[in-house]
Amino acid sequence: MKSLRQQENRAGLAYLSPTLIVVLVVVVVPILWTIMLAFQRIRLINLRRAGVFGEYTLANLETVLTSPGFWSSLWTTVVYTVGSTFGSIAIGLVAALALRGRFRGRTLVRASILLPYVAPVVAMTFVWTVLLSPQFGLVNDWGARFLGWDRPIAFLSQREYALDLLGWHVEIPLALLTVIAFESWRYFPFAFLFLLARLQAVPADLEEAARVDGAAPTQIFRHILLPQLSAVIALLCVLRFIMTFNKFDDVYLLTGGGAGTEVVSIRVYEFLTARFDVGAAAAQALVLAAGLVVLLIIYLRFFAPKVEE
Amino acid sequence: MRDRATVEARILGVLRPIVIIVLLVATLFPFLYMLLLSIRPIEQLLQDPGQLWIAPAEWTTSTYREVLTSVEDGGQGFLKFLANSGMVSIAAMGLTLLVSIPGAYAVSRLRFTGRRQVHFLFLSVYLFPSILLAIPLFVLFTRLGLRGSLGGLTLVYIAQTVPVSIYMLRNYLSTIPESLEEAAAVDGYSRLQTLRKIVLPLAAPAVMANALYVFMIAWNEFLFALLFLVEDRADWTVSLGLAQLSGGIEVSKTVLMAGSVVLTLPIVILFFAAERLLTEGLTAGAEKG
Repeated sequence: MKSLRQQENRAGLAYLSPTLIVVLVVVVVPILWTIMLAFQRIRLINLRRAGVFGEYTLANLETVLTSPGFWSSLWTTVVYTVGSTFGSIAIGLVAALALRGRFRGRTLVRASILLPYVAPVVAMTFVWTVLLSPQFGLVNDWGARFLGWDRPIAFLSQREYALDLLGWHVEIPLALLTVIAFESWRYFPFAFLFLLARLQAVPADLEEAARVDGAAPTQIFRHILLPQLSAVIALLCVLRFIMTFNKFDDVYLLTGGGAGTEVVSIRVYEFLTARFDVGAAAAQALVLAAGLVVLLIIYLRFFAPKVEE
Repeated sequence: MRDRATVEARILGVLRPIVIIVLLVATLFPFLYMLLLSIRPIEQLLQDPGQLWIAPAEWTTSTYREVLTSVEDGGQGFLKFLANSGMVSIAAMGLTLLVSIPGAYAVSRLRFTGRRQVHFLFLSVYLFPSILLAIPLFVLFTRLGLRGSLGGLTLVYIAQTVPVSIYMLRNYLSTIPESLEEAAAVDGYSRLQTLRKIVLPLAAPAVMANALYVFMIAWNEFLFALLFLVEDRADWTVSLGLAQLSGGIEVSKTVLMAGSVVLTLPIVILFFAAERLLTEGLTAGAEKG
């Protein structure tokens, strides 16, 4: 009997070994190496001399933490992440509720609204860039034509936009909001999919009973559906938060990090490709990962249990 | 109470179709816009950017011709980029499956030491920003002379997709009754034979969904392509080619829109062909919360 157990043990590890090797070589070792790089003065030029036993220093971390724009970029990342996470889940929830019932062409509609999520990011950012372009974009043209905008709005390259609302004068971070809108648009299908799957597993008689008792739709949502959904919503919050916090390509392609949209991952990229400062780039990436871990711990410690209730 | 219920039901009855239409327009319009712009002559677009529809007589296919013809013949060479993207994506797809099918089988069926830790390892792969991985890989590939090689890029993609792949397949494999395998074992099948002849045919839909998903991830990927391939135009994938060309002013926007269509179309076709498979594969386990 024992040998059977051992045999299974060996088979399990053997079957898993290709996966482990790939993950080890392309994920785990690079992460460890980044940590080492972060504490060495390395530029692309002196890379050949860099090794495990190089000179370790905190200089990179100091460079990163004191460099101009670091804290503001961290703040931008947080605002961008929270905004996009909230936006995508909120729209996803509305979509899931609206597309839950039966109607003609439901399957096609459900499939169609998943498109932003599955389509290539480069094409999607590019279409938005053209749509919102001040020179030949449809939005600005229609805005001038139908909404009476007196001049085109540069959605992706204007940092602050002065808005006069009922006598109030507010400055809104236009480019950042546009990027958040894009991210919400692109990822709401992801939330939608998960929420819809969960909604369909809600026992029908529960809702039926409430309806017979005369409960209004909002009450049914509040007291029956929402409690059932809370676990999935919590999971989505964590998943979307992690993924958005690390996001590079969407912002990079939309604004190049300009106009108040410089998130940390774009700074890492700049350090790496514009300055060839490998050490500082690694240190910065490490700060990003550390920030994520801290935020996740805060979330799991203080907020997650409340949602579970 | 009943009043509130009827009022709300009536409001929602009106609101629901509106919401559905707004959602549909918001998601589909950019795709339509892309398509319509790609067949418009550029002068026409600059003259009247607000006009959506133009008569079929004015349509042009010169944008597509410019995008697809090779650089030597004065085009943008997207055919070459398509071939690159296709090669990388198909290689990533095949190799990911080769690696992750036995892996998923092991995780779902076999008891071995460290099974739980493996789970944790895969989860943490997601926690780390890909830009964090990008730095040492950038350095490593520079050293090995692999930077600018499609093979190196494929390797990175496999590492990115294997954890998702194992997660998706494991969920499916655990729904296959174990008794089937036991019966096979009684018939004298070895474990590998059981996997190949019993489990795999049963898991075919999940494997298909997974294959498509991996293909899509590899086809859509941008960051690593940008870091590793940017120096040599001959190596560009479609995503990278489009991003690189959109930065310049010499390529007209309508041509780039044609490029966007060329980049997006394969994915849209794949997605609609296998929509049910894909969504079920993705959300497997979501019902449990």
